[in-house]
Amino acid sequence: MKNKKLLSNVGSILFENKVLILFAVLCIFCISYSEVNVSYVSGELFTRLGRNACLVLSLIIPVLAGLGLNFGIVVGAIASQIAIFWVVHWGFTGITGFMLTALIATPLAIIFGILVGILYNKTKGSEMITGLVLGYFADGLYKLFVLYIIGGVIPFDDPNLLPRGFGLKNAFDLTGSLKYSLDDISLLEVVTVAAVIFVIAQIAIIIYKSVKKQALGLTKRIVGIVIAAVLGGVSFAVTSVVTTLETAIANGTGVPAIVNKLAPVCYKLDNLYGQTRLLLSDAIFLFGVVAAIVFAVKLVQALISKKSFTRPLAGMIAMVLIIVLAMIPAVNAVTASVRIPACTYAMIFVFCAINNWLLSTKLGQDMRTVGQNRAVATSAGINVNRTRIIAVCVSTVLAAWGQLIFLQNLGTFNTIQQQTNVGLYSIAALLVGGASVQKANNKQAVIGVILFHTLFVVAPLAATKLVGDSAISEYIRMFLSYGVIAAALAMHAWKKVKKKFGNDKKAEVK
Amino acid sequence: MEKLKSAMKNVNLPRLIILAFFLLIVALMGVYKLDVLSYLGSVIKYWGMWGILALAMVPSIQCGVGPNFGVSLGIVCGILSGLLAIEFDIAVKVDAILPGFGPWASIIFAIIVGAVIAWFVGVLYGMLLNRVKGDEMTVTTYVGYSAIYLMSIVWFTAPFTSGIIKWALGGKGVRNQINLNTSFGSVLYDAGGFTLFAKEGVTAGIYIPTGLIVFVLLMCFLVFIYMKTKTGKAITAAGSNPQFARASGINVDKMRIRGIALSTALGAIGIIIYAQGYGFIQAYTAPLSMGFQCVAAVLIGGATTRKAKISHVIIGTFLFQGLIIMTPPLSNVMLQGTDISDTMRQIIQNGVILYALTKAKGGVSSEE
Repeated sequence: MKNKKLLSNVGSILFENKVLILFAVLCIFCISYSEVNVSYVSGELFTRLGRNACLVLSLIIPVLAGLGLNFGIVVGAIASQIAIFWVVHWGFTGITGFMLTALIATPLAIIFGILVGILYNKTKGSEMITGLVLGYFADGLYKLFVLYIIGGVIPFDDPNLLPRGFGLKNAFDLTGSLKYSLDDISLLEVVTVAAVIFVIAQIAIIIYKSVKKQALGLTKRIVGIVIAAVLGGVSFAVTSVVTTLETAIANGTGVPAIVNKLAPVCYKLDNLYGQTRLLLSDAIFLFGVVAAIVFAVKLVQALISKKSFTRPLAGMIAMVLIIVLAMIPAVNAVTASVRIPACTYAMIFVFCAINNWLLSTKLGQDMRTVGQNRAVATSAGINVNRTRIIAVCVSTVLAAWGQLIFLQNLGTFNTIQQQTNVGLYSIAALLVGGASVQKANNKQAVIGVILFHTLFVVAPLAATKLVGDSAISEYIRMFLSYGVIAAALAMHAWKKVKKKFGNDKKAEVK
Repeated sequence: MEKLKSAMKNVNLPRLIILAFFLLIVALMGVYKLDVLSYLGSVIKYWGMWGILALAMVPSIQCGVGPNFGVSLGIVCGILSGLLAIEFDIAVKVDAILPGFGPWASIIFAIIVGAVIAWFVGVLYGMLLNRVKGDEMTVTTYVGYSAIYLMSIVWFTAPFTSGIIKWALGGKGVRNQINLNTSFGSVLYDAGGFTLFAKEGVTAGIYIPTGLIVFVLLMCFLVFIYMKTKTGKAITAAGSNPQFARASGINVDKMRIRGIALSTALGAIGIIIYAQGYGFIQAYTAPLSMGFQCVAAVLIGGATTRKAKISHVIIGTFLFQGLIIMTPPLSNVMLQGTDISDTMRQIIQNGVILYALTKAKGGVSSEE
């Protein structure tokens, strides 16, 4: 009896993750058939993961709000590209330029998002086809803007960008302006800035709550502040010691004794975590250790409060396993050859956190309710249309940021066509991760990006080897993307019809 | 006030706007002293080329599936049959027996084979669409796209032996464009064609491709007759009110499959007619956006996602192709050598579809 239950459990787990398993098998098959170098694949994969994950994460909120797969994220990408034109034109560079672009793109994306939301409210039940057509429509308007209006109607005096006086040139080069503006920030800098922001935020909350005379939760906050301060202090110290030493060597001046004493440790840390690109093996080690510590704290908490401690324990064991696995020479050979941009990867965590936080608020709960049943939501006093518009807005803004992160990593983009396939690739990736039209989460998004882009890299290689001509790659890629979406949509619709018929039958029985 | 409101509801806004726009363009062409008549000739040619593809929307809308964005399925069947006609060298072989009939035999072969293959594909496609009621438009779009890319892979590896089809170098797979000179290129376009209003030095006149016009109108008429038969009426009933149709003993699912199969077969015939007018068969991704253009054309003609008539096809295709053909020369003169037409086509085409979507209350789902 127990065995049977276990078997059916395993069966249902396999069935639920069928898309995921299918793609994993395909990936492994293509890799082994094409005999491609694994470090090449992993290098490509981690570049693509950093680039694309944020765009895919922007799709999650609308799915949960019942809007289905938001093909309209193209509009967010457009907002971001328009902002980039002006920022590059004004000559801002580096992280300042990046922040400014995000600052300009956000209100644009909000306005676009509201308009898209209103449109979706007018076409309830067929949001996905609306989003798709809207994407093409927006694409047309954007082309009109880029090719004729900019410089033609709106004054835009820049002979470098507009060689003819109107109409931007076809390839937009970000080298020297926004290229790697986010990627080039090292982990130590991220930690320093994050710690400062965290401490300021916590102090502000404490002050606010004590003025309002609410419960403070002081111990927890102070512990948090201390940890953040220590982390921030260490990372700041490491960077400043290294820079002091380097300027001292360059100028031939002496340095204080304390700096000299700290130097060896600081250099080591700087070599590990202070580079603009983090070695993947270091990143895995760091992530494993931090996560293991977090799980350990949770485990202690659970033991003290006598709650179930299986999850934290399992998490801790998993982290230890990951660290050990990463030390196996064969694996280490691969991970030690890949470098990842720390800050861009940190943004993936930030996007996940935004999604989770939003869904935990009252608004997020409303969104889920609206997503499950609009009639119930209305009778519960939720303004359905408004909630849906907000969901689309959030998605559009996240997509705009996601596209910005994508483009700063890519470096050059096609001014006219870059945004066209944003929705297609992102949605295909999300579906590969096991998400459906009604259910999606951060984990599925990240796993989806990994699998989809692995296949994106290796499937054409395998096909080229099979056919003996590399021109087939593009067709394979596009067929994969469209095929995944077609299959997922068909399956979803099929299920929906079945459910409806099932209900009808039940009603008849009654 | 109420009357005004209901009158406003009945007016088809996109058609009015597009019509006004079209007339404005014609007027402007006159102002800039462009050869309006010869361009009108091109519009008629493209109207003929697109007519049957747009006609494919009628049965699919009438049977309740909505605009068939996945007409690409029919299109790839048509391309396949066209390629087979060349591969078997039908034009040359028949010409040897009956001189002058080669191209006709070739196009008739392509049409019949294409329609038969497409009908079978359409039946399968219809069975799929019966399982996804309510989400047909999204599913058809992506199935159509997938079909185009799947067939691209097939074209790339297909073992055709004809020198006209395969690449000159390398000798494997289908070319991007396959010349139809030696098979059925412009056979309908040339048949009984004559030029009107030609005046030396003033205008090249309108070329009237009689054969093409007659064929398109004939196909329209056949579909019209079919929709008037018992089966056709059952298809319309299944689309407009499935519950009522079911109550009166009509097999709704079967009727939907018939509608879709007919639509797919028309798509196959449509692409052959398109190719004979164009002079080439375009393999690979060229037909990718054709589905959207056909949908936009019938919508401009006054169709909705629930109701379409033959007249919508004829008017809509003329207006839409009129805009696409007339804009480039005009924008070339007015905007100093820039061609705005492709951008404009994209905006109009998708704008019209969006408008129709907002008017379709609760989507095309007819099973609510």
